[in-house]
Amino acid sequence: MDRRQLLDLYFIDARSRLIDIAAFLDRLDRAGGDDDFRAEAFRRALDELDQPGPDRARRVLLAFSDPTPGPIAKAPGKSACGAYPPGPTS
Amino acid sequence: MRYIEPHAHMVSRVTDDYLAMVMAGCVAVCEPAFWAGFDRSSARGFYDYFCQLTDYEPRRAARYQLPHFCWLCINPKEAEDIALAREVLAMIPEFLTRENVLGIGEIGLNKNTRNEMQILEEHVRLAAGHDQLILVHTPHLEDKLKGTRLILDVLRSDKRIRPDRVIIDHVEEHTVRMVLDAGFWAGITLYPESKCTPARAVDIFETAGPDRLWLNCACDWGQSDPLAVPKAALEMRRRGFSEAVIDKLLFENPLSFLSQSTKFKVR
Repeated sequence: MDRRQLLDLYFIDARSRLIDIAAFLDRLDRAGGDDDFRAEAFRRALDELDQPGPDRARRVLLAFSDPTPGPIAKAPGKSACGAYPPGPTS
Repeated sequence: MRYIEPHAHMVSRVTDDYLAMVMAGCVAVCEPAFWAGFDRSSARGFYDYFCQLTDYEPRRAARYQLPHFCWLCINPKEAEDIALAREVLAMIPEFLTRENVLGIGEIGLNKNTRNEMQILEEHVRLAAGHDQLILVHTPHLEDKLKGTRLILDVLRSDKRIRPDRVIIDHVEEHTVRMVLDAGFWAGITLYPESKCTPARAVDIFETAGPDRLWLNCACDWGQSDPLAVPKAALEMRRRGFSEAVIDKLLFENPLSFLSQSTKFKVR
């Protein structure tokens, strides 16, 4: 498919998702209290969207990923929260 | 169209889902052992679960002419309790001869802990010792990248393990290449929010190539879609892929991997 065909297929959906992200950031701005590491990771990931290159999805996933190499001593719980909290856990 | 659903937790689904899958073209379904959403209190709970996977569930699927297969293990979410995990591991061999058991899975990591690693290594030894296929779960979200690396290390450290007999599931854009480059099969899971959309799955297929790759829905007790695979086929048609290419990804590829078990047969 060429770019025009891909735009025909996906533009409206991507536009809708982009507005959802903008509204989410507005919602955060309106709320009181402090950000945490998830908001910081989100903004780092957003920066990747502006970078050139063919692998933005991979780089966004990396921005949310635990960069440490080894296993941790004990599970803090069963669930993942979507972003890597700062601080030594290995 | 025809397709194989290689990863679905049907014990958590209603019978209507079997009917819908068959009507959409499903010709076989495979069910890895997984976490029930709560921790089982003893190994007997797993014994009953393995009986459900090898006896009751195939009969429920057979009412819709759908062959049902399964994989056995203790899920990494329950592997923090090493003593319980070893009790469960000890009972798995008696089930391996049952006619719908394809191998050991879905083993792997959840939060990438030392205990999870220990039990993963013991599962891998069990599979190697009984010449079983392996299905691996990779962790969710921020834990996936590190967990996939650790899993590859464990698998490569046992020289009896042949990568072409191992499928590493739930790959995404940041992990698919390392799995395929190491010679393993890779599974892309179509699941809301925490895994891939059909559009991203087709992107990965376009960039990673057609070989050693399959799609699955991993439907379970969470919000998930037992028809996600045929919906991905629709996505491929919208992008202009031929029926032959769709058939390779959704039928021929899983058939090729799963047929390494002589027990696997499609309708």
